[in-house]
Amino acid sequence: MSALFSAGPVREALISDLIVVLVLALFLAAGWAARRNEIWREALVGVLRRRRYSVLVLSLYVFVALLDSVLWVGGAHSVTSTGADKVALQEARSPLDRAFADSSEKSYSAPLSRVEFYDVSALARPGSHVFGTNVLGQDVLYLTIKGARVALLIGGLTSLIAIPLALFFGILAGYFGGRIDDVVFFVMSTLVSMPGILLLIALIMALGQSTFSVCVALGVTSWVGFCRLARGETMKLRELDFVAAARSLGVKDRVILVRHILPNLMHLVVITFVLMFSGLVLSEATLAWLGIGVNGSWGQMIAQAKDELSRDPIVWWNVVAAGAALFVLLLAVNRVGDALRDVFDPRTRGEKL
Amino acid sequence: MLAYVVRRLGYGCFVVLGVLFFLFALFFLVTTPDDIAQRALGEKAMPQVVERWKENHGYNRPLWPGPGHTTDNLLVDHFQKMLTFEFGNSDADGVPIRQRISEGALPSLLLTVPMFVIGITLGIGISLFVAFFRETYIDRLGVFVSVLTMSIPLLLYIIGGQFLLGKMLRWFPVSGFDLHPGVLARFLALPILVGVLSSLGSDVRFFRTVFIEEIFKDYVRTARAKGAGEMRVMTGHVLRNAMIPVVTNVVMAIPFLFTGSLLLEAGFGIPGLGSLTVEAIQANDFSTLRAMVFLGSLLFIFGQILTDIAYTWVDPRIRLE
Amino acid sequence: MALEVEGLTTEFPLGDRRVPIVDDVSFVLPEGRCLALVGESGSGKSMTALSLLRLVPRPGRVTRGSIRLGGRELRHLSVPEIRHVRGHKLAMIFQEPQTSLNPVVRVGEQVTEAILLHERIGRGEARKRALGLFERVGIPEPGARFDYYPHQLSGGLKQRVMISMALSMRPEVLIADEPTTALDVTIQAQILALLRDLQGEFGMSILLITHDLGVVNQLADEVLVLYAGRVVEKAATNQLLSQPLHPYTRGLLDSLPGRRRPGERLYEIQGVVPSPLDWPRGCRFCTRCPEVFEPCAEQTPPLEAFSSEQSAACHARHRERPGT
Repeated sequence: MSALFSAGPVREALISDLIVVLVLALFLAAGWAARRNEIWREALVGVLRRRRYSVLVLSLYVFVALLDSVLWVGGAHSVTSTGADKVALQEARSPLDRAFADSSEKSYSAPLSRVEFYDVSALARPGSHVFGTNVLGQDVLYLTIKGARVALLIGGLTSLIAIPLALFFGILAGYFGGRIDDVVFFVMSTLVSMPGILLLIALIMALGQSTFSVCVALGVTSWVGFCRLARGETMKLRELDFVAAARSLGVKDRVILVRHILPNLMHLVVITFVLMFSGLVLSEATLAWLGIGVNGSWGQMIAQAKDELSRDPIVWWNVVAAGAALFVLLLAVNRVGDALRDVFDPRTRGEKL
Repeated sequence: MLAYVVRRLGYGCFVVLGVLFFLFALFFLVTTPDDIAQRALGEKAMPQVVERWKENHGYNRPLWPGPGHTTDNLLVDHFQKMLTFEFGNSDADGVPIRQRISEGALPSLLLTVPMFVIGITLGIGISLFVAFFRETYIDRLGVFVSVLTMSIPLLLYIIGGQFLLGKMLRWFPVSGFDLHPGVLARFLALPILVGVLSSLGSDVRFFRTVFIEEIFKDYVRTARAKGAGEMRVMTGHVLRNAMIPVVTNVVMAIPFLFTGSLLLEAGFGIPGLGSLTVEAIQANDFSTLRAMVFLGSLLFIFGQILTDIAYTWVDPRIRLE
Repeated sequence: MALEVEGLTTEFPLGDRRVPIVDDVSFVLPEGRCLALVGESGSGKSMTALSLLRLVPRPGRVTRGSIRLGGRELRHLSVPEIRHVRGHKLAMIFQEPQTSLNPVVRVGEQVTEAILLHERIGRGEARKRALGLFERVGIPEPGARFDYYPHQLSGGLKQRVMISMALSMRPEVLIADEPTTALDVTIQAQILALLRDLQGEFGMSILLITHDLGVVNQLADEVLVLYAGRVVEKAATNQLLSQPLHPYTRGLLDSLPGRRRPGERLYEIQGVVPSPLDWPRGCRFCTRCPEVFEPCAEQTPPLEAFSSEQSAACHARHRERPGT
């Protein structure tokens, strides 16, 4: 059973291509919403205007992640390749991998240094490692940039699992009520009652460690919150006049759900997606610290580098690079999420006239 | 009122059963006893060794009740162990889990209770201050700093705190724990500080939203029209109403004081329940993990019932229905 | 003590402009009298009342004019001083007793708070006073009701609690903002009767804010009609009800059911009150006025006295009836 979720190179590659699709879908959805509906257009323009820099930063992260998600095999290889790089030539590599090919050293080196950190022997590529190299001699800048894809994968893939699930059950329970609601509510109560992080750990241990199982576990633990929100909102919408009118005219339930209920929940979807994203990336960092995170994530970089801080002289650039990348992403996401909530929720917009 | 409490307790029991079934599915059906044994022994373990391991750890029994083993099966065993709080022995080293948990509870509480009290007090105080200066630069700065501090993962707080305050400034020991009263506070100060700081941002933001929502209500205008000053309006009227969501939030957090903080305990070497869980993960100790999840959910369900009762106590509209 | 208001202007920033939601409003409320501010929602009547107490919600601000209570200017009082005026000299009751009372505080406590904020007396003394007030405003079983929470009282009783709270310091002026709008019709009459009795008994003046001309007729001595933040007509109640000068006042009166024969269609004023951003430059009523002509859109008509008891701000009065 758990073998189903274990990692394989093919599966990892598939998942990483999923990001390209996801990002494109997001852009298309935003464009479509802005064209169709004035409220959405105003909201999106408002967020763009108020959070110019955060949006810019996010675009940069997405761009870098996209750069790392397009893979192909082959291409020119240099003569100086070390063993590890030679193996890498047989694998599918992204433009990013190609740009940093042959960047490995033997061990630690400080940022922009010309010699090894605990030695005086010269580096293969002196002065070219902006963030230095780690214990294995890998370029830290390269690893940091690669982390963007992993972060997006964690947030994006998990949301893709959790939000539709939550929306489906939330609407169903809220609209039809009765037995369906009882069952959905019971499942939600059961899931939320298990402490999030412990449940997460239990799921990952049960499913086996891989990117996909981490995302599934995060999905299982995070869909409940939004499901509750969607359920409550649907219950409210159900009582509103336009829905009551449609029902009394004999419009089919399916049509009401798709035409009246769903569109009125979309703003919540957007807000939840953004706020959930930062929570997911944070959770993964916690998991990485516990040794069950996703390979190549910033959390893992930090967890692996934490002991290097107690070396003497200290090796600080690993933690700083990964920490800064993580912090800037989360800050940008939280700022945009805040703005989105303000734009869509008039209650927080200040005093009324 | 009594009927309400009884009904809530009844539903709580129902949810406990749900959790038990979920855990059974997760730890016996998704991860079969063979998987568990293999994780403990490694991929290449001989079948006989696996069998022996399963026998030693009680995993060799049938999963479901059936003829000849109505009580001697894993499902009944699982329910029995959990509901009697016996929990069985650790998969890793055979120590009774119950003993481990009772040893870990005190260090966890010593860490989490002060963290909780200081955190809530500071959170409410700062958010009242920020809400008082709403729509000014103080407010905007407060919100910005909250979001800023929320965006830093707890890992970085721990690393940063240990490095700056422990290693560079030498104010606190970097990590460690000792129950001796003289040094206990020295060891706990840094984890508590880090814990409070890391959660302050989201607390302030939540409480501020609650307060601001109350400030715009009509009864606040009435209080001002009576001649009440801003201080009196905030403490006597706004705070009293805002207590409803605040209490919900606060009571809900209490059960988690017992399960401890995984990262803080692991990071600072405090031998509490959090560390116990972390060790269980590293040792593939499924039985300890199962016990911790169950204990956590039990406390959560209990906390939820407590919250509902507290809710009726703070809000007369519900109490007197 | 008389309340004299002159040129009161309260502005709100809207977009990049500042809009005068209350625009140059002047009136005098003599001691022991009742003046009504009448207008549709959005006419600025509630904001006028809040301006008097300096309770205009941010980012709005009183920008011009003077507010004098017994000759004392309220606009320049310090914060502790104006706080002392609120509830003590100038008290207010609000439209929605449901939301205007604090839901988690016992009603008795809310009334004693109003007393204890202004007087240094013991809790027991304050309680006794509050109980007396409860009795006076007609709350049955005041002793038991004292410990009730607002949601346990009916709308009418809640409004009585509000009134007792406002009267607890025997204010000089009571501002009643739509005191009966949220209540049942039968309760409305009781509350109005109560207000009239209390006015005589306490010798206070009432500034009555309402959109209901029936209420005006029962309580007010003089009426001020507001439209889009401006005073359009000012007259003694009888005069206004029998011979309105401004087309807007006439429209309001003609839309009352009592003015028409059964079965006849009620009059309606065309259109709706424009949003503050779309207020016309001249007379703000010109977009809906049946008598509009050239100067209306460009020039603001001044408030002119047409008799000792009646003034109006309307260009059309000069065209039609130059004699009156």
